Amino acid sequence: MLQASWKSLLGRKLRLLMSAFAIILGVSFVAGSLIFTDTIGKAFDGITDTVGDVVVRPATTSGMFDGTGSSRTVPGDLVERLAGTTGAARADGNVSDETTFVVSKAGKLVGGQGAPGLGLNHNEAPTSSGAQPLTLTAGHWPERSGEVVLDVATAERAGYRVGDTVALVTSGAQPKVSATLVGTAEFASGGLVGASITVFDTKTAQALYFGGKDEYTTVTVTAKDGVSADELASAVQQALPAGFESITGAKLAEEQKTSINEALSFISTFLLIFAGIALFVGSFLIINTFSILVAQRSRELAMLRALGAGRGQVTRSVLFEAFVVGLVGSTLGLALGFGLAVGIRALFATLGLDLSESALVFQPSTAIAAYAVGMAVTMVAAYLPARRAGKMPPVAAMRDDVAMPEGTMRWRVAMGAVLVAAGITGVAVGGFAGVDNAAWFVGLGVFALVLGVAMTSPVAGRPVIAATGVVYRRLFGTVGHMAEQNAVRNPRRTAATASALMIGLTLVSMMSVFGASAKASIDKAIDASFAADFVVSNAIGQPFSAAVTDEVAQVPGVEAVSPLRIVDMQFNGGRTGGAAVDPQSFQRVVPIDLMDGSLAGLSGRAIAVDEKFAAEHDVAVGSKVELTVAGQEGSYTVAAVYHDLKAISLPILLGLETANAAGVPQQDSMAFVLTAPGSDRAAVEAGLETVVADLPTVTVKDQAAFAEEQRGPIDQMLALIYALLGLAVVIAVLGIVNTLALSVIERTREIGLLRAVGLSRRQLRTMLRLESVAIALLGAVLGVGLGLVGGWALQRALAGDGIDVLAIPAGQLAPFVALAGIVGVLAALWPGRRAARLDVLRAITTD
Amino acid sequence: MSSSASLAAPTQRSEQRQAAARVVGLTKVYGCGDTEVVALDHVDLDLAAGEFTAIMGPSGSGKSTLMHCAAGLDSASAGEVHIGDVDITRLKDKALTALRRDRVGFIFQAFNLIPTLTAEENILLPLSIAGRKPDQAWFDLVVETVGLRDRLGHRPSELSGGQQQRVACARALVSRPEIIFADEPTGNLDSASGTEVLAFLRRSVDEFGQTIVMVTHDPVAASHTDRVVFLADGRVVDEMRAPTAERVLEAMLGFERRTAGA
Repeated sequence: MLQASWKSLLGRKLRLLMSAFAIILGVSFVAGSLIFTDTIGKAFDGITDTVGDVVVRPATTSGMFDGTGSSRTVPGDLVERLAGTTGAARADGNVSDETTFVVSKAGKLVGGQGAPGLGLNHNEAPTSSGAQPLTLTAGHWPERSGEVVLDVATAERAGYRVGDTVALVTSGAQPKVSATLVGTAEFASGGLVGASITVFDTKTAQALYFGGKDEYTTVTVTAKDGVSADELASAVQQALPAGFESITGAKLAEEQKTSINEALSFISTFLLIFAGIALFVGSFLIINTFSILVAQRSRELAMLRALGAGRGQVTRSVLFEAFVVGLVGSTLGLALGFGLAVGIRALFATLGLDLSESALVFQPSTAIAAYAVGMAVTMVAAYLPARRAGKMPPVAAMRDDVAMPEGTMRWRVAMGAVLVAAGITGVAVGGFAGVDNAAWFVGLGVFALVLGVAMTSPVAGRPVIAATGVVYRRLFGTVGHMAEQNAVRNPRRTAATASALMIGLTLVSMMSVFGASAKASIDKAIDASFAADFVVSNAIGQPFSAAVTDEVAQVPGVEAVSPLRIVDMQFNGGRTGGAAVDPQSFQRVVPIDLMDGSLAGLSGRAIAVDEKFAAEHDVAVGSKVELTVAGQEGSYTVAAVYHDLKAISLPILLGLETANAAGVPQQDSMAFVLTAPGSDRAAVEAGLETVVADLPTVTVKDQAAFAEEQRGPIDQMLALIYALLGLAVVIAVLGIVNTLALSVIERTREIGLLRAVGLSRRQLRTMLRLESVAIALLGAVLGVGLGLVGGWALQRALAGDGIDVLAIPAGQLAPFVALAGIVGVLAALWPGRRAARLDVLRAITTD
Repeated sequence: MSSSASLAAPTQRSEQRQAAARVVGLTKVYGCGDTEVVALDHVDLDLAAGEFTAIMGPSGSGKSTLMHCAAGLDSASAGEVHIGDVDITRLKDKALTALRRDRVGFIFQAFNLIPTLTAEENILLPLSIAGRKPDQAWFDLVVETVGLRDRLGHRPSELSGGQQQRVACARALVSRPEIIFADEPTGNLDSASGTEVLAFLRRSVDEFGQTIVMVTHDPVAASHTDRVVFLADGRVVDEMRAPTAERVLEAMLGFERRTAGA
């Protein structure tokens, strides 16, 4: 029996490969995602493995890659005291900043798409392993003001050589810095994942970041030989004044790694979701392929039954084929996964996560996962066709026309209808009932809808095919009629093939509706809540020096400038968005609708909160709120409650003065500019441009351009999602090719007859093309329809989170349907060619 | 002498008639070298218009190959095949397809109909492929003759084997082809249905002047024709006019004996 299955497999190598395609693609996505995720992990393993024995820092500051950290520092005199601690060999003060970016020779910003621009002071503190985190590759370390060292990769990207004058931008008191490149250094762990390193001498670093005060961000204490890091850490802790803490380098590295992994874990989740979608789509094709293969072999299977093979044996023989297909598919998929990981790496590099210097990491667990997923999906998908094969009555071997025993579709349609009902309920509840976690309801609802429609589509899809048929008959006569008939003769097959495309298009159009709505909402919000004439902001989402804001105020024709300073706040153990503003001028640029209290009192320990925050945490004017601002806990009084801001979600507002007192860095996230009445707008804009001319990260925008900038990330996100969903669509297209090719084999005799009675090759190709287009259009119409519903519901579900405008991007959705038609034409190319090449006589005499 | 005269008379008459199809020196060789099989060996044959011809012969005699080559379904290794005034061995696929569509009709042993089309759509298939309108009166007459009036809306799966073959006959007739090739059209039918189909073919020759060539190995089927051509080992070995089942059977047995003896 096993031998029979084996022979049958080898006899159908092409079909085997075609059915393996779906698995290959799905598995390659899983493997690629895992390889990429492991590569990320490894890359940051390196970057955090560069800490000294013991580190002293102000208590409860957040990690190294936290852009909105505290400006609280360690005083310089503490360094010398720490050097004298028992067991300490030396102590070195570290100055570090994450918003120091290099401007390339061409005037472009280097990096800055999410990865930090590290600004460091030079010291000789060794890492726990005794090495230096940075090794000089050329020149010397900076010794005085006006000298810098860059990491090799950054120097290369920016086009600087030792001796050149380097332009830098920082968010410190001095926004523009130019210095001579005196050397280049290499980071001990190799890759920097897109980050850049700029090294100054300690004095210069302190001047740039701490206004010249003798202070440090942290202090590294190095242990004497024979003293463990833990011993030293507790000895140092004894010597520390209140408000500071000591931590071993190992623990700090662990902390940093955890926070990075947390921040990046969404990437692997994100990628694996798409891998799941690809496999889900692929499983439809496997069910289809095996159903067709079993149908084509029905006489052979019946023969086996007639010769005495049991039902189980026949079922197992088909499952064995699935096993081999799964094995081959998983192996090839794993190999392709490497290629895909390279692609994903390139994709993320454009989004600022540059891993090009890190080698791809392949762990055994990736192989195990790839095989497990590939085999499981194949076997499960092949089970139904295999069981049906077992039910083949032995007498079928003697019959001339063998039809597969097909159960009625009643059960299937009923199940599908239940799922559709459940899906509609989920979508309705999520979209319109105003429940918590509404987006989840919508997501699950759409999932159920997709499954339900896929199950009922043999029936539900008929009107679509029938409509296509009307057009076909009119335009293509009998050829069109036969194409339509062919598309409906195996409703399950057509439905499964179309469903694969439907799933991809549902998600694509759902995202497209959601994205368009989000953009429309942003436009509306900015339109409604934007009274300023210009906004000064940072293109890469980093804050900029408050000195820029001061300069802007000096531009002729500027009546008022109001800064917005995003502040890292924690409430009830969770992070909360919030900002510091100037209470007087802010209301002029961003109309705040006050419900209670007034912004005038925003000083000292007073805050204002928005309606949502007030309702969620049950606070009102006069309530006391425990808040951690820039790492410092404190008790604050609510002075005002305002209606939620549309443009930016800011649950908490502080006065600038309060933020300064708490140690928030003097860095603005945005500055809103009002022009004086009667001033020349163009002249003011030119004046503003002059201020930011040397700061490639800081831009001046009017309302339209600002809205455009805010929409940018959405477009980028959509592009990424489209790219990833593209894979699901590719699998679906292969599915159509597969189904058509197998149908051609199945209908060989019929094709021979048609050719004999005078159907030309061209007409035959047209017939297959029309059938293919009908299937593709079915998938597209169902998919875009479901996507519209899903996108609408998702928008409604998130209306409370600011997505309050529904926009249907018809200009985007219509091309999806047209594209599906083209996909259908392309998918029919190869099967059509094969069919046209059939020898008429041989075709008509085949069994 | 008188019998030979009666044999000669129709021959003379058919020579005066135009030949619907003519095969000259037709040779068909399969394979090459050691595996070479000569299926047809310089066959010459005239198929007169308005005549019902049967091609008979033992298995492997080349009768099916002859029909396939004559109908343009298979290519000849050497020789010529004329349908009307066209040498089809010189035609490219496109012209050959058009010729099959417009000037030739086919009836196969089985699987004659497209399962997705109704009986009527199947009958009109060659015309609709060509984009031609059927002649309604002719269509009605054909349908009436094969007795399918009340079955036109049915799919092949809803028709009996005999009915399916009659639909196939109607399809072959409806485009008024110059010649119809039938490959064992009754091979899959019970004798009653088979007789029905043969009677219908006979009528279309007698009443419509249709030219039909039928490959068969059934002497009874052959007895419905005007002329039987016997093939053995790829050569025309004999022919018979006004055949009866007994005479055909006798002739066949004769060839078998000769073949076995040789």
